[in-house]
Amino acid sequence: MSQAEAVARTPRPLWSLGLLRSEIAMTFRRWRTLALLAVLAGVPVLVGVAVRIETGDGGPGGGGGGGGEGGPAFLSQVTHHGLFLVFASLAVTLPFFLPMSVGVIAGDSLAGEAHGGTLRYLLVAPAGRTRLLLVKYATTLTFCLVSTLIVALSALATGALLFPLGEVTLLSGTSVSFGEGLLRALAIAVAVAVSLAGVAAIGLFVSTLTTSGIAAMATTVGLLITVQILDSLPQLHALQPYLFPHYWLSFADLLRDPVYWDQLEKNLGLQALYAVVFGSAAWARFTTRDITA
Amino acid sequence: MPAPPAPGPDRMRPPVDEPGAMPAPAGEWAIETQGLTKAYRGGRLAVDGLDLAVPRGSVFGFLGPNGCGKTTTIRMLMGLIEPTADRARVLGQPMPAAGRRVLPRVGALIEGPALYGFLSGRDNLRRFDAADPAADPRTREARVGRALERVGLAAAAGKKARAYSLGMKQRLGLAAALLQPRELLVLDEPTNGLDPQGMREIRALVRELAADGTTVFLSSHLLDEIEQVCTHAAVMARGRLLTQGTVADLSATVLGPHGHAGLTVITPDTAEAARVLKECGVTGVEITDDRVTGELPPPDAPLGGAEDGAPREIAELNAALVHAGVRVRGFGTARPSLEDVFVALTGEGFDVAG
Repeated sequence: MSQAEAVARTPRPLWSLGLLRSEIAMTFRRWRTLALLAVLAGVPVLVGVAVRIETGDGGPGGGGGGGGEGGPAFLSQVTHHGLFLVFASLAVTLPFFLPMSVGVIAGDSLAGEAHGGTLRYLLVAPAGRTRLLLVKYATTLTFCLVSTLIVALSALATGALLFPLGEVTLLSGTSVSFGEGLLRALAIAVAVAVSLAGVAAIGLFVSTLTTSGIAAMATTVGLLITVQILDSLPQLHALQPYLFPHYWLSFADLLRDPVYWDQLEKNLGLQALYAVVFGSAAWARFTTRDITA
Repeated sequence: MPAPPAPGPDRMRPPVDEPGAMPAPAGEWAIETQGLTKAYRGGRLAVDGLDLAVPRGSVFGFLGPNGCGKTTTIRMLMGLIEPTADRARVLGQPMPAAGRRVLPRVGALIEGPALYGFLSGRDNLRRFDAADPAADPRTREARVGRALERVGLAAAAGKKARAYSLGMKQRLGLAAALLQPRELLVLDEPTNGLDPQGMREIRALVRELAADGTTVFLSSHLLDEIEQVCTHAAVMARGRLLTQGTVADLSATVLGPHGHAGLTVITPDTAEAARVLKECGVTGVEITDDRVTGELPPPDAPLGGAEDGAPREIAELNAALVHAGVRVRGFGTARPSLEDVFVALTGEGFDVAG
């Protein structure tokens, strides 16, 4: 422990990756994260079993392929093909369960560290405020992807167990092989994960405003619900294309042949816009904030 | 970040950073502030024009009642809070601008330890080490192990941090500050929550680190502790710096004319003893049971009456007592303590500042 030793050290170029790895490992080791993922994994099982029980007596399924039941999208096709449970589960979890868990992770990301006081030790380490913010956002995006994949995989496993598999009939009527169906399911999972980038950025911004993790989570989830309601009011038609959940269900367009890219691209652009706007706001706030907790 | 050698003779106070200037030489100050000020919303000054100069290699005690701005000062030094006016220099570089270069060379314990309760002690240290851009991941395990041993936590390293006692958390916080060789350690109340044995260990650790050349900046409300380990001290109250200097100088300069050492004589012949002491120039003589206490006159003033070749040494006071037939059973003097300095400066003792 001498001064000469201390002077010799210089910052390492790739250390940000080390911090990111530490952050991701820590997030996914937390009991809370695992509980959220367990709930998300349970949803497809619940949906699958419910559909199975309802149609188990040799009935013709949910009233044919038209999907005219008014329930969540794809639910009626599930009995014909197990892969549709993946689409149905994502359609069920995307409006609320998935963004809520992203809101919990994003909202707690900085506020939780501030609340526990560990934020000050990370900053004097020194993690660097911009880097810490980027690492937190990257971790939240990782969670978006992992949580979506978990829903998809759980649905795939349940679907394969309870329902027939085989050639997949797309929404446009064409049939594709099971392999291509799987690929499209993967693409849909990625599209759903990307749809959550906007909520993640909002949660991160809220997280820089407070030192209470709970308050940040509640605010983010509250915002999510409010925006969902606004998005369903016909009077606000002019405003709706700018609300982050507006194009969420566009992922269904990946099940057409040819794929309708229009809404998917709009969704991507909208999420990027939210990420940039709220990311910048979070940066402006976090880099100038006095850390007193 | 090796600094170029200091040009010219050492100045007492290097100027605060000039924009566009070369990085300043490391210099003789580990921490240096001029007019450091922090105003919170509403204009209340938490820290008001602080001029702090912490010499390199010193163990610097930072004293003040709770709420006087000590922690705000430390947070500004560590780049956690933006100063309202002027800058601080830490290890010769401006803070918070040079935080990326300065902070890896600084170990800090700020306002108590903060840990991830769901991680083990060892994983907590790994986590903080991963946040340090200058830390080499290849040596991480070894450094974490050494830091744990240094604070006596090796045996409890696998336990979840939420199961730690306050003293263990404090030790783990210290271990985090010791993950790397440091040039400067900023320790805010490092013995808080420790038992007497733990306090002794921490004091020994601080001395050991100081002996290696690490500058230690130690805030504490335990005056006793500062007196035992610090070479220098500063006293702060209501956001202002009242004084700073070596611990030895502090009592001399601050107490100055009031810095009378106390005298206590234990004797059954109290009345006679009091008479003799008064004759010899001792002031404020009081009798309680078999004890006669008083204040010695300042060292430069003659002891005793001026006309009759009075005793000039404290030992001669004793001789005078014995000569007068007083049965002296105990005779002692007490130097003014840091606590006297503190009370003389703040006039308020250790109450929370309003």
